Amino acid sequence: MAKTIAEINEKIRKGQAVVVTAEKIIEVVEEKGVKRAAEEVDVVTTGTFGPMCSSGAFLNIGHSKPRIKLGGGKVYLNDVPVYTGLAAVDIFLGVTALPEDDPRNKFYPGEFNYGGGHVIEELVAGKDIRLVATAYGTDCYPRKKLETLINIRDINEAVLFNIRNAYQNYNVAVNLSDRTRYTYMGVLKPNLGNANYSTAGQLSPLLNDPYYKTIGIGTKIFLGGGIGYVAWQGTQHNPNVLRRDNGVPRRPAGTLSVIGDLKQMKPEWLRGTSMLGYGSTITVGIGVPIPILSEEILRYTAVKDADIITPIVDYSEAYPQRKPDILGEVSYARLKSGRIEVQGKEVPTASLSSYPRAVEIAQILKEWIQKGEFLLSELVAPLPGVESGITFKNLEERPIEGR
Amino acid sequence: MAISRRIVLHFPERLVEQPIICRLARDFNLEFNILKAAVTPNEEGLLVLELNGEQKDYDRGIQYLTETGIRIQSLSQNVIRNEERCTHCGACITICPTGAFIIEPSTRLVDFSDTKCIVCGLCIKACPLRAMELKF
Repeated sequence: MAKTIAEINEKIRKGQAVVVTAEKIIEVVEEKGVKRAAEEVDVVTTGTFGPMCSSGAFLNIGHSKPRIKLGGGKVYLNDVPVYTGLAAVDIFLGVTALPEDDPRNKFYPGEFNYGGGHVIEELVAGKDIRLVATAYGTDCYPRKKLETLINIRDINEAVLFNIRNAYQNYNVAVNLSDRTRYTYMGVLKPNLGNANYSTAGQLSPLLNDPYYKTIGIGTKIFLGGGIGYVAWQGTQHNPNVLRRDNGVPRRPAGTLSVIGDLKQMKPEWLRGTSMLGYGSTITVGIGVPIPILSEEILRYTAVKDADIITPIVDYSEAYPQRKPDILGEVSYARLKSGRIEVQGKEVPTASLSSYPRAVEIAQILKEWIQKGEFLLSELVAPLPGVESGITFKNLEERPIEGR
Repeated sequence: MAISRRIVLHFPERLVEQPIICRLARDFNLEFNILKAAVTPNEEGLLVLELNGEQKDYDRGIQYLTETGIRIQSLSQNVIRNEERCTHCGACITICPTGAFIIEPSTRLVDFSDTKCIVCGLCIKACPLRAMELKF
């Protein structure tokens, strides 16, 4: 029954492709079995909508008259500093960047109400952004100061380029200590007061393609409400972790680096986000279509929350001190029930990733494909898999003295 | 004139171990009913009280509380949800001390019940999207 992407695209063009979401496929397989489902279904759509810190945008703001060389100078967008170590008017805006006068955690826990992620959300929403720049001036770029409003409509390029998104599985965070901990996994109450997780589980892209058989470099995706592509494996991509018999990693594993034209994205799928006591970031919407090329691939997409397990990690000691200890493993079905047991105590759970929005993304992508507006792409190259021998490296410090 | 008021008290860390409510009742002749208490050693404490008594005693009691350094919030404020900003992630669920946020199991949408809300404000800063707002 093996299908090719070209065959699936032909069906999409004719408006005949059968597309279901990664949530719906579970029912389809239960009802029809893997073999029939694989014959009938052409594409399974996945989705995720969670905070993803390794995100940012490259902007080319156009040349002022007289010209200014921002490279090597200082540039702020709505007071948020951007990276200028590029050519004259290319800049990079990272989502965790903060205004210099933000008190950070000086008044603990800091609120981080506005940062790079919020600037991206406003930019995508079509709002004017205040640009303030200073430069050193050269013969060809004489200007030393620039203060202007910019708008996404008027700049040459705005490219979202997220170096690590869509983690394949992630820790559940708890706090064993006797004081509240403010973390990137949210507010963790003392003495196992709560347990926070962040995943779309059975809808999450890489959990539906555990061995990266269809998702790879060049995969066309839903990104921030528009179209994007998988550019590379994300940083910290680590396929060599413990896996279950179904192939699903039991630890944080693969990641995606994604790219897309910010100008066609939507603010509701790129949301500036503030983690109390931790920092600012952005919540990114990503949806990946999985072509059903074989029964094996279909079987992977039918994964259920009950089949996905993840480690429980103490964020008061084990995580900050980089200790490998975990407090146990738990399934996403359990986590979604609202309570899990940790060290004999019943602990209420909460998610940082929005499941209803993940469902919506998978649904939107499904509709794009059904309407023939979104064709699948052939892979340019696969992501490194288990056989790649990649190992996850920690930083082992070395003294600098005497060099 | 006898009155009844609901207030939220935020105790700074240094006052958590002081017998403040005992004095409030004894010295100002106020009846109290604790609606909610969240006090962790070495951290800010939170107490939601219903106070009953004479207006002049109430006013003096509030003055006493203010002088001790407690921040007082009246329940005439309201916490509302900015529906446009809420993504229904559910980060608020375990933060709320009264269970005002409930996940609808089939859709996993988060329902906010303002009748259960005691306006403690804990969700406001804990919400990563800053969707919860205080209205006066």
